[in-house]
Amino acid sequence: MTNTSSPLSSSLANSLRSGPDERGRFGIFGGRFVAETLMPLLFELDEAYRASQADPAFREELDYYLKDYVGRPSPLWFARHLTEELGGAKVYFKREELNHTGSHKLNNVMGQILVARRMGKTRIVAETGAGQHGVATATVCALFGLKCTIYMGATDVERQKPNVFRMHLLGAEVKPVTAGAGTLKDAMNEAMRDWVANIADTYFLVGTVAGPHPYPEMVRDFQSVIGVETKEQITQAEGRLPDVIVAAIGGGSNAMGIFHPFLDDADVKLIGVEAAGHGLDSGKTAASISRGRPGVLHGNRTYLLQDKHGQIEEAHSLSAGLDYPGIGPEHSWLNDIGRAEYVGVTDEEALEAFQVCTRTEGIIPALECAHGLAHVMKIAPTMAKDQIIVLNVSGRGDKDIFTVAHHLGVKL
Amino acid sequence: MSRIQTRFAALKQEGRGALIPYLQACDPDYDTSLELLRAMPAAGADLIEIGVPFSDPSADGPTIQAAALRGLKAGATLGLVLQMVRAFREMDSETPIVLMGYLNPIDSYGPAEFCFDAAQAGVDGIIVVDMPTEEADLLDAHAREAGLDIISLVAPTTSNSRLFHVLRDATGFVYYVSITGITGTSSASAADLEKALPRIREATSLPVAVGFGISTPEQARTASRIGDAAVVASALIKTMAGTLEDGRATGRTVPAVLAQLEELAAAVRA
Repeated sequence: MTNTSSPLSSSLANSLRSGPDERGRFGIFGGRFVAETLMPLLFELDEAYRASQADPAFREELDYYLKDYVGRPSPLWFARHLTEELGGAKVYFKREELNHTGSHKLNNVMGQILVARRMGKTRIVAETGAGQHGVATATVCALFGLKCTIYMGATDVERQKPNVFRMHLLGAEVKPVTAGAGTLKDAMNEAMRDWVANIADTYFLVGTVAGPHPYPEMVRDFQSVIGVETKEQITQAEGRLPDVIVAAIGGGSNAMGIFHPFLDDADVKLIGVEAAGHGLDSGKTAASISRGRPGVLHGNRTYLLQDKHGQIEEAHSLSAGLDYPGIGPEHSWLNDIGRAEYVGVTDEEALEAFQVCTRTEGIIPALECAHGLAHVMKIAPTMAKDQIIVLNVSGRGDKDIFTVAHHLGVKL
Repeated sequence: MSRIQTRFAALKQEGRGALIPYLQACDPDYDTSLELLRAMPAAGADLIEIGVPFSDPSADGPTIQAAALRGLKAGATLGLVLQMVRAFREMDSETPIVLMGYLNPIDSYGPAEFCFDAAQAGVDGIIVVDMPTEEADLLDAHAREAGLDIISLVAPTTSNSRLFHVLRDATGFVYYVSITGITGTSSASAADLEKALPRIREATSLPVAVGFGISTPEQARTASRIGDAAVVASALIKTMAGTLEDGRATGRTVPAVLAQLEELAAAVRA
């Protein structure tokens, strides 16, 4: 057979970065598994998103806010003391915790809020786990004068009080969700219920690379700024790409954001770190890829923690942001094709890494990225000194000091 | 003709619409829900919808969420729901049974196996809330082969052109989700329905059942006249939940639901 396609289209066809397909699928994962009531809204969103992408004015507006409001680009920090302590590969931190609101979440929120405004929506609903996405969403709603309702599991409201207060200060209504275990999964259900009941004026601002198409793609695109910058910065610092990139995964938006620009760089190993909770085989884990199997929840097919009858199980993690029984569909696909590797880190290991990072680098990481760091601490010593690891430090840990104090037996 | 076609044809002869009560399987336990299911036709059910409990019913309001949790606590599985239908069919071979639920338990059971087993058990149709037309190829061929109707859902947000797309290959009947919202919360007015139904009938000749937010006999009567059937779910479950003690069935549980069903049926027949 003669290959008649142009070099560009054939290179795209061979690219791992061209997904999803028109059905919103990454391999068998993704899709649009929602009630009919929502389907027209997803088409409308898809159209609005494509139109925004194609409009240079949109890009210009987003760049303006990313630079002057979010504070991008975020630095790439050579963690010299940690590197010395681990005695192996050079460890770099992508400092997403320095963004306004203290995490990578604002990258996506800023993009989506501009889309929502173009669609003429006046009310925003969102789900949140650790509260980072909720705070980011409440922040842009304050900035643009939009009504904001945040759904948060009652358990998470309890363990993330500072973020709840922050959202209140920003003028958002925080609705605690008592269904289920009162964590992110239940907040997601409730946000979807709100959306379907208020479609005329309401935009559902999804915080991670999950949900029905086009959310996984759109959130990934807005988060890819992390990887794009990392590529430039590491090339400038080291004259080459890193050997390994590590990121923690709940739904997987910070990981997808740093992975995606590197998907076609086969020599860069990508490692996603799931929360193993009490241990991968403890039954109390949030490791959807390691311990789940494919199924359908919250609008997409992906790896899910579920029983043999297809009932979704409660996830468990010390970190509210990782406490989710699913994972973004693109990660499920990257796992199945072997492009990325997914490992587990326990609550205990994350707590240890949290303290090491604080002590050696003077950076208090969010418990979410402490999971990533714990894995870096396992692999860096086994690597050569001229090898390079980049860890996505996706959020700062101020919000977690109460949880950490509690686990260390300190009363604040 | 399928049981669903036969039933709607007979009702057309009678000159009235259908009443479709809903119960959640195993709510609050297997025996009680089976007893209720068996008694529903005599109390005026023309078709029956059985809810398949799911851990994350994201299109349902608080009443059905609670019912699903009770069902799961009582050990509900898709297999057990089919067993319930088989038990019902031992004494009723005419009343159409439609299962309503979410995709993941079916996906987990295996789409082909499920369609085969469901049809064998005497299920006539399935409503999968989170499986829109665009994803229906997962079940379509298997359902067709098994002689099972996949009941299409349409909503107020479904545009005229999309109605044609969604209903092109529809079978059984059409389920009109009459409000933009979750089950058992707000209700559509008669005027809303008067506007919506002609739009739907343009796109299909199948009977149209109206559901979501129908709770009173008056609403059931209106919906069954403007449409071809009224689905009543949360209102019946609320009544049932009110009879439970510590989450368990009492002597009042089945009679209370049946009494309400009789009232609804009388209104639909009036």
